Amino acid sequence: MAETSRLTEGVRAYWLIARMWVRSAMTYRTSFVVTMCGNLLMTGLDFVGILLMFSQVDSLGGWGLPEIAFLYGLSVTAFGIADLVLGSMDVLGSRIRDGSFDILLVRPAPVLAQIGADRFAVRRLGRITQGAVVLVWALASVDVDWSAAKVLLVPVMVISGAAIFCAVFVAGAAFQIFAQDASEVQNAFTYGGTTLLQYPPTVFGKDLVRGVTFVLPLAFVNWVPASYVLGRPYPLDLPQWAAFAPPLVAVACGALAGLAWRAGLGSYRSTGS
Amino acid sequence: MGSWRLYAAVAAGGFRRYATYRAATFAGVFTNTVFGVILVYTYLALWDEKPHLGGYDQAQAVTYVWLGQCLYSTLAIQGGGAEKDVIERIRTGEIAVDLYRPADLQLWWLASDLGRSLFQLLGRGVIPFAFGALFFPMALPTDVTSWAALFVALLLAMVVSFGIRYLAALSVFWLMDGMGIMQAVMITGVFCSGIVFPLNAFPGVLGDIVRALPWSAQLQVPADVLMGETDPLGAYAFQATWAVVLLGSGRLLQSAATRRVVVQGG
Repeated sequence: MAETSRLTEGVRAYWLIARMWVRSAMTYRTSFVVTMCGNLLMTGLDFVGILLMFSQVDSLGGWGLPEIAFLYGLSVTAFGIADLVLGSMDVLGSRIRDGSFDILLVRPAPVLAQIGADRFAVRRLGRITQGAVVLVWALASVDVDWSAAKVLLVPVMVISGAAIFCAVFVAGAAFQIFAQDASEVQNAFTYGGTTLLQYPPTVFGKDLVRGVTFVLPLAFVNWVPASYVLGRPYPLDLPQWAAFAPPLVAVACGALAGLAWRAGLGSYRSTGS
Repeated sequence: MGSWRLYAAVAAGGFRRYATYRAATFAGVFTNTVFGVILVYTYLALWDEKPHLGGYDQAQAVTYVWLGQCLYSTLAIQGGGAEKDVIERIRTGEIAVDLYRPADLQLWWLASDLGRSLFQLLGRGVIPFAFGALFFPMALPTDVTSWAALFVALLLAMVVSFGIRYLAALSVFWLMDGMGIMQAVMITGVFCSGIVFPLNAFPGVLGDIVRALPWSAQLQVPADVLMGETDPLGAYAFQATWAVVLLGSGRLLQSAATRRVVVQGG
């Protein structure tokens, strides 16, 4: 019971803070539209890079453009949702350094909700939009024998993928409490992770694929379930049911990230500034 | 001679300022290495599919990736160098104080940005590049002259990079807000410098255009100089021409803008 009330409290606090940031962004409407478009363009550059590659070749690692667009759309949409919800986590380091993190600690609302909603930016819808557009195009162009399970798996992948990326953001934030100046390490896992997942697993070395399957299970965001949908061999010869594991993986990652966050908060020492 | 010492001191200040952020530097090294590994694998798959794409063999493509990671923050390809400070100072009006200094505004910021670039090259660039050379096959020259040629190309690349970003920063005198222009710097920098995809592998007319633009002086040209794909003197001429054009335009824009400041200040 205490856990549930804490959760509703967190969601409420998150909602209030996020709404405040949305209102403040909407004050300068033109500026908002411009940054949103910029965000769309900026995140779209990755896909332009892929298109440039496919202007020279017909397949990459044995996968065609619609299939890679499928991977790309899943990865970017899932990451985009996580980035919208918790993308401000990388300001944690600077908040610790300037001492304003202490203020969050004494407020009567969960710290995670406060830091997650900090500088909530609607312009991040740009990345989700861009990912979703590519995903829709991919769904229309891939050559797949659609079954009920396959159709259902697509939204499950997006939501579980977003949850897995959220867990990476939270774990990264916990790490930042220890290493205050190192938000870029987190970028390596978040932005690096989504970039990695835009390409088929066949492109990468075995050890790298093992690492992102068993250590940091990013492979469950799209590689494994997408292989099932597309009828491709699974990376690392995983069993058939692994395609349906993403929700479980997401829950496990969330639990571990939660533990890491608590450990991080527990060890926090103020800089005193 | 005295002014030369002044700008050297400013450059040293720029170097030291970034040298203080040690954890951030290590984190940057880590991130650049991770991105380098991801890119190398995709490039290898690409060159596997189409050998000699853009006139490079696989080892050259790998070298290109790691040079790109090495130069990413050195040349502030995504922005985030001196232009960030200039924009902030224009926005807050502190730029008026800079104008009173017995130093040239443009040279002052150029020196400061060169100091930053040199630190980022040593602090953030060398390790990912060495990591790449250790774990992936690279096409590296063994003679000192090629490396010396690269160093000259890098210095010119730093000046061109500063020239572009300084022009962008000056526009804030008219725009009043740096958000949009910083985004533009980011997008053009990432796309046109060849960090997303080597410019020599761009298809058709698009390729001709991006290779003629100043951004190609930042990564494509130094990479070609390092791997002996281009005549260094011709490459320097290309870079120097853009450097002169950009710094010259910056100078014109700066004098127009500073006249404006005087009017504003009443």
